Amino acid sequence: MIYEASTIAIVLFVFFVLLVLGLSFYFARMTKTSSSYFAAGGTIPWSVNGIAFAGDYLSAASFLGICGMIATVGYDGFLYSIGYLSGWVVALFIVAEPMKRLGKYTFTDALDSTFNSKGIQLSAAISTLVVSMFYLIPQMVGAGALITPLLGFPHYVGVIMVGLIVTFIVATAGMTSTTYVQFLKGGLLIVFSTLLTIYLCNNGINKKPSANYHDFQTINANVQGGSVVSINSDRQVVGEHKTASLHFVKLAKNGVNTWWKLNHNVLEEALSKTTLSSGTVLYNGAPKKERKFYSVGHVKKLIHNGKEVEATGPISPFGLLEVVKNSEIVRFAKKKFMDGGNKVTVWYQNPTSGATIMRPGVKFKVDEGSTWMSKLNFVSLMLALFFGTAALPHILIRYYTVPSQKDARKSTIVAIGAIGFFYILTLFMGLGAMTYGVLDVESSNMSAPLLAKYFGVGLFSIISAIAFATVLGTVSGLIVASSGAVAHDLIDNYMGIKMTDKTKVFAGKMSAVAVGVLAIILGIVFKGMNVSFLVGWAFAVAASANLPAIVMLLFWKKTTAAGITSSIIVGITAALTIILLSPSMFSKYGLDPSSAPFGLNNPGIISIPLSFITLILVSLYYKQKEKV
Amino acid sequence: MHGPAVELAEDKASDAKSKLGVYLFIVYSLVYAGFVIINTVSPKLMGIEMFMGLNLAVVYGFGLIILAIVMGLIYNHICTKMEDEMNKEQGDKQ
Repeated sequence: MIYEASTIAIVLFVFFVLLVLGLSFYFARMTKTSSSYFAAGGTIPWSVNGIAFAGDYLSAASFLGICGMIATVGYDGFLYSIGYLSGWVVALFIVAEPMKRLGKYTFTDALDSTFNSKGIQLSAAISTLVVSMFYLIPQMVGAGALITPLLGFPHYVGVIMVGLIVTFIVATAGMTSTTYVQFLKGGLLIVFSTLLTIYLCNNGINKKPSANYHDFQTINANVQGGSVVSINSDRQVVGEHKTASLHFVKLAKNGVNTWWKLNHNVLEEALSKTTLSSGTVLYNGAPKKERKFYSVGHVKKLIHNGKEVEATGPISPFGLLEVVKNSEIVRFAKKKFMDGGNKVTVWYQNPTSGATIMRPGVKFKVDEGSTWMSKLNFVSLMLALFFGTAALPHILIRYYTVPSQKDARKSTIVAIGAIGFFYILTLFMGLGAMTYGVLDVESSNMSAPLLAKYFGVGLFSIISAIAFATVLGTVSGLIVASSGAVAHDLIDNYMGIKMTDKTKVFAGKMSAVAVGVLAIILGIVFKGMNVSFLVGWAFAVAASANLPAIVMLLFWKKTTAAGITSSIIVGITAALTIILLSPSMFSKYGLDPSSAPFGLNNPGIISIPLSFITLILVSLYYKQKEKV
Repeated sequence: MHGPAVELAEDKASDAKSKLGVYLFIVYSLVYAGFVIINTVSPKLMGIEMFMGLNLAVVYGFGLIILAIVMGLIYNHICTKMEDEMNKEQGDKQ
């Protein structure tokens, strides 16, 4: 899509960045000890910590990824919201208070609290770094996706900007500044998402989303022997592409080629991106600057109160969900093919009933066309989301910032309330983006900010600045977790290099800089992947590597240091192996996904039990050995 | 060895709270498992209308989010009561 920077967006963005940097400067003066650098001195009030939890957790994956996924596949995207929120129950009921009781700066401290084992220190630190990297990639990708429409810069500039700002936040004041940046961002995100939903309900749904929404054309065609022989138009048929179920026709007019989808005897206008053999890219047959590439998403048949209407007018939140369920929405499906030496991607209209959109099955193959493997994939994802939250290192370290166990519990409940409320809003924002003609077919990640743009550049600028802050908040939490793993777990505990408190803070800051640079590189390399999809993997790795160790340490007295170390290593190795050999990754490598050795895209259902079994067997073996 | 970042007072209610947490976790896990099972085995069932024009998918999904909040509040209420009573008893004995 073609984006333009707006002055108000730039002003707001600069204001927010200066505010965040100012906060970091302010807190930097107070950050002298390792306790204040890694755990904010354990002095954060539970209410602030609860919203900071929300700010930490509601990452680019939640705001950009989930809203984008709901906007393109409906209810299936909302399943991520449900899974992400449900995981907090594990954090509250099982993990919160013991983590606070056992740990100091990192979750490795808690795991190692009764053992003082080099194996645990090394494996848990590596696990923290791997999980944080998996989580960092989508945040940085999200930053790049945001910066283009907000400031008009290319993707990589956004990634570098976020990397530099966040590294500065963490390297100056560590957990204290990170906490207040997350608090600020968490609060703003919830307030403005609520405002956007209110705007949405107040405006209702219109069949023609806006006055300048592109009017997609149809042309009658004469089809004989499976080919188009003539059309009722001044355009000329200059090419065709057929698959088993799809038939695309290339039409020419005034030297511009456009692609259309044949539906019985009617040609329906599609969007296309053509990369010529010379490398030139054409959008709907013309260069990008000619603006022939439209935003999409509209209602084909709008049903309100049992009648077909042109517009609903103001509508209640539940009414909006009912209208979508009873109507027919035009989604856009994607097909890639070669046309001579040119690479063509066509996005064609795919009218889908609201009833289908509002229940599972569009993205996750659990209904028609499902296989036992596709269902297993779905169960595996839901398992990873449920067990992943309580195993995310950057979330767990937030328990060390409050004064007591009671505060750890209360802050978790505030987090559940705030995050749960936000996740309910994602369904409305996603469905709004789906029907408001604002979608960019090339990237679903910008759906929520583009929905805000529908209501004015001001709201768009604020929402985009908050979305950018979303990335800042989460990335700074991840970098604090990673720097703790390097400076505290690896250098101090594992290597046994004794440092003064001041040197430890310096080591933490240097680690933050190193992780920040790595995050920038990964954010540029992984451009274009759906951010929620990647975070799903981070959850799977965390749930496989860390959760079995945490749970068994708390509830099984026979747990040994060797058991914990092996379960982390097996969990992380199994999860990464399945991911790297999955059909999704094969597709990324440019290989045939069906040739992937594992049919699973989500490893949790295998790697989580495997990690538990390893811990039990190794612990029993070592206990037996001790007896002998 | 490690220890908390701040000095923590002894909590006599710790075991009781842990047991309560496990019970509540099991209850919520069963409700969540039910949701995943219906989605996997009979996704069409999620399309049936429940009330106010909402289908089971939306009602169950919102329900899981709201249930987490409600159970969290109940858990906190009981835990606070336990802490007040058990830690006070301990204080009285001393």
